[in-house]
Amino acid sequence: MSLNRDQINSIAHLARLSLTDAEVPVYQDSLSKIVDLVGQLDAAQTAGIEPMAHPLPGLAQRLRPDTVTEKDQHELFQRNAPQVEAALYLVPKVIE
Amino acid sequence: MHTFTLAELAKKLRAKEFSVTELTRALLARVEASQPRLNAFITVTAESALAQAKAADRALADGKAGPLTGLPLAHKDIFCTSGVKTSCGSKMLDNFVSPYDATVVEKLNAAGMVTLGKTNMDEFAMGSSNETSWYGPVKNPWNPKLVPGGSSGGSAAAVAARVAPIATATDTGGSIRQPASLCGVTGIKPTYGRVSRFGMIAFASSLDQGGLISITAEDAAMVLGAMAGFDTRDSTSVDTPVPNYVAELDKPLTGLKIGLIKEFFDTGLDADVEKCIREALGVYEKLGATLVEVKLPALPLSVPTYYVVAPAECSSNLARFDGVRYGYRCQDPKDLMDLYKRSRGEGFGAEVKRRIMTGTYVLSAGYYDAYYLKAQRVRQLINQDFKRAFGEVDVLMGPTAPDVAFEIGAKSSDPIQMYLNDIYTIGANLAGVPAMSIPCGFVRDLPVGLQICGPHFAEAKLFNVAHAFQKETDWHRRLPADFAKEVLS
Repeated sequence: MSLNRDQINSIAHLARLSLTDAEVPVYQDSLSKIVDLVGQLDAAQTAGIEPMAHPLPGLAQRLRPDTVTEKDQHELFQRNAPQVEAALYLVPKVIE
Repeated sequence: MHTFTLAELAKKLRAKEFSVTELTRALLARVEASQPRLNAFITVTAESALAQAKAADRALADGKAGPLTGLPLAHKDIFCTSGVKTSCGSKMLDNFVSPYDATVVEKLNAAGMVTLGKTNMDEFAMGSSNETSWYGPVKNPWNPKLVPGGSSGGSAAAVAARVAPIATATDTGGSIRQPASLCGVTGIKPTYGRVSRFGMIAFASSLDQGGLISITAEDAAMVLGAMAGFDTRDSTSVDTPVPNYVAELDKPLTGLKIGLIKEFFDTGLDADVEKCIREALGVYEKLGATLVEVKLPALPLSVPTYYVVAPAECSSNLARFDGVRYGYRCQDPKDLMDLYKRSRGEGFGAEVKRRIMTGTYVLSAGYYDAYYLKAQRVRQLINQDFKRAFGEVDVLMGPTAPDVAFEIGAKSSDPIQMYLNDIYTIGANLAGVPAMSIPCGFVRDLPVGLQICGPHFAEAKLFNVAHAFQKETDWHRRLPADFAKEVLS
């Protein structure tokens, strides 16, 4: 199966990835090959087979008491942020 | 002192043949000297290593040392290290200084180990050759024109060149075992849930597991004991006691039933590698084991299954890199969408983008059932194959990789060829079972790895089986000629 330019651009948009014009045909080619590769799965007989999400059968999501366990370290964490002001993460204006 | 295993180093430190500080200085010099040839490290933590060494020397002098005190290691740069750059091999995290330690790092620090630095890796652990690293490829110590394998290529190359006696690593589809095989060292991917993943940067959450690359199985047994165990901070961590792996190393193998995975010998395996593997199996027969052929009919579908499941999970996990809270941000974004798209488009490398897009595609409306759900069903078939096999045999064996190390650049333009490198390793990740690779010989002067796989939580058995082989052979003690001398010129 071959994916077209528009499909690649649409996938890239959903994934929030900017692609250069030169990248589009490269991904068109390689994603088409990957889709062909995973197409091998079609031949497998899977009727009545329970989908497997992870390797630990019976693992239930653990819960902990609803109490505060973390201390406020926002200054430390925000040292990694590209842009911070008054302890807030800055992004381009969203609401006019 | 660079050729000693961890177990030997522990004895020599106690016998005061040299101090932890002397050992650390010698290894740091090797790290530095090897860097232009191997590029195995992204960050060297010389200053903190020497501080840890000093503390370890004091603990040894005061009789307060534990079994791992003063033993050096390197961490794959996927494990968060407090106050130290943690890049995951990506431009996206080139400026990221972790504010906390991964549980694995915290535990091994507490055990008194000395961290030499952070090892190079494929970007976000996506690759089988270490060529996708933002910091450039790692070279194979046996031949610098060749890849070390990946994604834990820096860890494997560092141990193979005896720059570090042991290194942490992670394995989502073979990223510990395949580089261990290609570099001639020992690697273990433990059972899914055995080692905490808190602070281990996520790639595919139903597959990822932390482990080790070492010179011997004994060394890995020593460190895994301290590294494994329940962690409330990782919701997939399993609350099962950690056995004493070292205590079970010397059990005799008499009566051991080894299953040879028929599908692994059917197609694609290099003839010389096969010969090498069959000779290794002969060693096990001599040790009292019996060999039987087992069939895992769904296993040949493990590569296509993986290339749905892993990208799907990666596309979700890597959504956190948005250029807002940490990591790379593009210049002058014109609006929020532009900020997201260009930060991610410029911050991620080609392979990571390919996997994110593959995952986005297979999860998108209208395709979910055909791809993701189908792959999860085939994953169940593969899982059932392993279960059935472990009802018949104690361990499974076969090759780790279809061939020895290949040239840098040889497969980088064809993702499918690259993906097929993990054809023998992915099954263990899909089923969540533990698996090792141990050196078992050479083909065309390059190392070959034997893969040993066991049922869930059978790490002690794997170490026992690997250790028995390493007592009979010396493949794991061979080291590349360029790195034989203690002082590298």
